[in-house]
Amino acid sequence: MLKYILKRLLLSIFILLGVSLIIYVLVRCMPYDYVTNKISALQSNTSLDATAVEKMYEMYGLTDNSFLGILKGYGNWLAALCRFDFGKSFVYGDSVLNVIVDHMGVSFAVALIATFFEFLIAIPLGITAATHQYSLRDYIVTILVMVGISLPTFFFGQILKDLFAMKLGWFPPSGLVDATKDFSNVFSLLLDYLRHMFIPILTVVILSIGGRMRMTRTNMLEVLSSDYIRTARAKGLKEKVVIYKHAFRNTLIPLVTTLAGLLPSLFSGAIITEQVFDLPGIGNIAFKAMMQADIPFIMGYNMFLALLSVIGVLLADLMYAVVDPRVKLN
Amino acid sequence: MDQNEKLNQAETSALEASENKTVTNPAEDEPLEKNVRLMSPMRMVMRRFFRSKLSIVGLVMIVALFLFCWLGPVVYPKWGETEQDMSGKIDYTMAPVTYTDENGEEVTFYQVVETGKRINSLAKPSSEHLLGTDKDGRDVFTRLMYGGRISLAVSFIAVFAITIFGIVFGGIAGYFGGAIDNIIMRICDVLMCLPGFPILLIISTLLDAANVESSSRIYFLMAFLTLFSWPGTARLVRGQILSLREQEYMVAAEAMGYSTKRKIFKHLVPNVMPQLIVSMTLSLGSMILYEASLSYLNMGVRAPYAAWGTMINIVAEDQNILQNFFNVWGPPGLCIIVAVLAFNFIGDGLRDALDPKMRR
Repeated sequence: MLKYILKRLLLSIFILLGVSLIIYVLVRCMPYDYVTNKISALQSNTSLDATAVEKMYEMYGLTDNSFLGILKGYGNWLAALCRFDFGKSFVYGDSVLNVIVDHMGVSFAVALIATFFEFLIAIPLGITAATHQYSLRDYIVTILVMVGISLPTFFFGQILKDLFAMKLGWFPPSGLVDATKDFSNVFSLLLDYLRHMFIPILTVVILSIGGRMRMTRTNMLEVLSSDYIRTARAKGLKEKVVIYKHAFRNTLIPLVTTLAGLLPSLFSGAIITEQVFDLPGIGNIAFKAMMQADIPFIMGYNMFLALLSVIGVLLADLMYAVVDPRVKLN
Repeated sequence: MDQNEKLNQAETSALEASENKTVTNPAEDEPLEKNVRLMSPMRMVMRRFFRSKLSIVGLVMIVALFLFCWLGPVVYPKWGETEQDMSGKIDYTMAPVTYTDENGEEVTFYQVVETGKRINSLAKPSSEHLLGTDKDGRDVFTRLMYGGRISLAVSFIAVFAITIFGIVFGGIAGYFGGAIDNIIMRICDVLMCLPGFPILLIISTLLDAANVESSSRIYFLMAFLTLFSWPGTARLVRGQILSLREQEYMVAAEAMGYSTKRKIFKHLVPNVMPQLIVSMTLSLGSMILYEASLSYLNMGVRAPYAAWGTMINIVAEDQNILQNFFNVWGPPGLCIIVAVLAFNFIGDGLRDALDPKMRR
């Protein structure tokens, strides 16, 4: 087990190195004058001083365009990364790590609540669809979730926004806090946050139920056709016991594994959803930074995402071995 | 379903009957083909595919969309993709005006201002413009057809490219194993951990910096997307080939002294095709969503050219259009849904049809 984990960790480091190389090369392909144009446009309306920008250029080796210069720049950046120094964002004027940590919370809250409801709704749906395979119920559920999968986020989000925020006026259309109101206690502030997050969460849940439900259905069908279920039925157990006590437990294996793999990605933010509802989450912040050629932030954010997905894969694999004793790690 | 099953039973009994006949009348040496209906695996798959109503619905939807997008502009050439309706339009704006009359009382009345505009923008649906016009006076219905061409074509090209990359690299890795396998799989690991969408955003800014024309941007973006997305297919192919490689017929192929190329592409790859076709169909849907999202964020196809995502893009800036002009942004959204749904239905149907375990 320990040997396996060590091996996987080494592989993860190798993957991150590869990702960092690709990201660095891509960012280096940006023409120098394009970046300076963008930055000088920024400088006119932010407090960013010229020396800090110069220092940043130095650090990323953007001024030296020879092959050795590029190599040196990559080395410097990598060394800084290892010290958890992601650099200072041009657009937000703060260290990249701080910006990421500051805005991660909103994205995480939306994703966590959405994931909770996604599992809560999708699992029962998947089980009924599987136990009533090829029945009318199965077809209706399958068609509905297929439509859910096929919805484009931005389109469906706009429709929900138009309906719930504009036409019905139940929820605010965008942002995170109502700036016109004064919140004296924490509870009412939290309530306002939730009111603002409602439509984004609804959008994410409806869009993601489909995948989870189909996964549950396939797994459940597979388990239901196995021998030990026939044995349980032959013993004369009630159908309810067979399904929920015997079959469902084994369906949980892949569900728990994917949940473990999903956990890190909850922090990564959803660019389009946050952009549609103008939530100040990490995805939205990153999108704005990318539009303005904020090199430190782009590189830092992408490395952050890569790190999250590496951790996710690792967690999923380890979890698989933990919940399913039949799996042997090697 | 019932009917189909009955049909099926009837066929099998007919089949059995004819077999019995051959057994009872051995003297009649008719060729076997005359009595027994032989079905090629392909035909069996087709039959199972068409037995599912959802796959037929998906097929009809996608054929209709293709006809609409490619034949539509031929049948309905009234407006062009980027053509603006310059017939002009009179806009009325109403504003309250308050003034104090001679008695000192404030009087409020509404002033209606009539402005003549050169462009017939945001027209309501009429016989002239079947779905109205957008804010630049372009015909929404026509743009829907041209936009569909881009969205569908780009997705197809990307999926085919990804599949070819996947087959070549996955095939090589799975067949040769060893160091080559290791190198290819490590590259796959790295590419799979790349954050796809943010990387495409970086590439989009690169294209901006290089002043790439707005009509060809999307092709560059999808080319890069292909470069980052083949590992999924490659893994699928490799996994299949690893298990197929050990089977007897491969030993036979070895004994026959076939060339490596022939063994890979004639004996191994065709056996991977079923899974590949299913994953291709399903990824067609996600490619359409990808392309639409890029265009929605103004990264892909940009106005005046049309793509379904580009046509929805406008609602992000203009609340008025979001609330009052569903005819401008609703139809492209519905088209995206129909296309993705159709590919998902077909993919699902194909999976059931190709999976021997699913026979019922």
